[in-house]
Amino acid sequence: MSEVTFTELYVFILAAFVGYQVISRVPALLHTPLMSATNAISGISLVGSLVAAGSDHGQLSTILGFIAVTAATINVVGGFGITDRMLRMFKRGDRD
Amino acid sequence: MEREVFIEVVYLAASVLFILGLRSLSSPATARRGMFQAELGMLLAVVGTLVNHEIVRYDWIAGGLIIGSIIGALMAIYVPMTAMPQRIAISHMFGAVAATLVGIVEYNNVGGNLGNVTMAALGFEVLFGSLTITGSFIAFAKLQELMPGRPVIYPLQNIMNISLFLAACGILVYLAFDPTNVILFYTMIGMGLLFGVLMVVRIGGADMPVVISLLNSYAGLASSATGFVLDNSILVIAGALDGASGFLLSVIMSRAMNRSFANVLFGGFGAVEATTEIRSAEGLTVHSISAEDAAIQLAYARSVIIVPGYGMAVAQAQHQVQELASVMQEKGVDVKYAIHPVAGRMPGHMNVLLAEANVPYDKLYEMEAINDEFDRTDVALVVGANDVVNPAARNDSGSPIYGMPILNVENAKSIIVLKRSMNPGFSGIENELFYNPKTSMLFGDAKASLTALVGEVKQV
Repeated sequence: MSEVTFTELYVFILAAFVGYQVISRVPALLHTPLMSATNAISGISLVGSLVAAGSDHGQLSTILGFIAVTAATINVVGGFGITDRMLRMFKRGDRD
Repeated sequence: MEREVFIEVVYLAASVLFILGLRSLSSPATARRGMFQAELGMLLAVVGTLVNHEIVRYDWIAGGLIIGSIIGALMAIYVPMTAMPQRIAISHMFGAVAATLVGIVEYNNVGGNLGNVTMAALGFEVLFGSLTITGSFIAFAKLQELMPGRPVIYPLQNIMNISLFLAACGILVYLAFDPTNVILFYTMIGMGLLFGVLMVVRIGGADMPVVISLLNSYAGLASSATGFVLDNSILVIAGALDGASGFLLSVIMSRAMNRSFANVLFGGFGAVEATTEIRSAEGLTVHSISAEDAAIQLAYARSVIIVPGYGMAVAQAQHQVQELASVMQEKGVDVKYAIHPVAGRMPGHMNVLLAEANVPYDKLYEMEAINDEFDRTDVALVVGANDVVNPAARNDSGSPIYGMPILNVENAKSIIVLKRSMNPGFSGIENELFYNPKTSMLFGDAKASLTALVGEVKQV
């Protein structure tokens, strides 16, 4: 196994551990916004998609890359947009 | 060189911002600010990527960004809160499409020159990506009612599904040793796509919260695998966060239904009740009540706990629930809401629906937080909930929902149930609560009944 992959394995395990700890503190109240937020964050595949669409490795790669960029962007923009729309609705009841 | 350092620093900052953003979701008070941090992280990551020297043309990139932004923005603005489960399901599909296509492009570009470990990661990426694409689409179609929500069951289903999945995994292992076999590579993707369909068609509507969470986790793992292939840590980190979140939510959801993953995936809920003995309701009487009498009980109560269920969401009655709560509060009634973890069609769905109807979130209580309070409560008002208040989960070891944690509605001094008719609920299980001497049934459409209650309570 190459050294590079080993480093990424460390990163993966530690990130999954941190993710588990952080997310287990999210109350059930916010589980739907949590899901849509992680969805937006998983739009980070945009990073790989941009390289695929822009590195000019032939027409097929460019078009598949283009579709990937579109799909990932939908998740980023749609995901963050809808998360904010939901979070804006959560209000405390301190009217009196 | 300087450019690469810049990119790495930007990615590192973005990763930290993502984690901070998710951490802020531990309270509604900090959540919005946290999401801005995550958005900033995403912006940094995109800018960092665009200066990558591998990128030589920007036309298709610009096109994808523009079209994606338009579709995303339209979804963000117009998708109703009731349709949130479908929207989440379809967005898992988009995420998986991106991960799978990036994998295919990488495979085409590099071909057989991949190392064994990298090929294994790439194979994992496209296999989990492809099954998430079709699985999420079927989940979307079921939730959007483009196809029937009940499970599709046929003989030898589990054996065929498991064999198909194991065969695809076998190809994955083979490819790791012989990355040049293009035909097998695409065969594996085809099998993944087929498996996704077969896996989800057999799952019923009530199990959707688990399935959506599980697909969330798969989509995350697929994008994490992309990071291994491209040797890109931010993809690994973001994918791991997504995967961990989906995993944790599916564990919480399964626990809330007292079922294991295996049981959800291979059990076919809603298909088993034919073999389970349904307790006959004969000889038991149901006490029905008029809106007027129910209103008197509610208006003179000191404390009321409202238990909303999926039936309330179907009837779009959350605004009427809120209206009823506020007229009761004007009469001095202490009103709280008890939210079961699987009250909606996805984790936390019921909270969002009620928040949209202007119910303050400090009135929404999780099951563990409110279950002891039913003893001290005058009236429990059940609106369109059934299985989550069914005492059979506690008393009847033969019941399909036996062992599932439920809300202690039966401990309240009296119970009013709003229900369309005496037909059993989603799981087809008879509910003893309705025959409890303390229970009064207010029959009719939830929205109409609630509107009538609002009018009557005002007059009391």
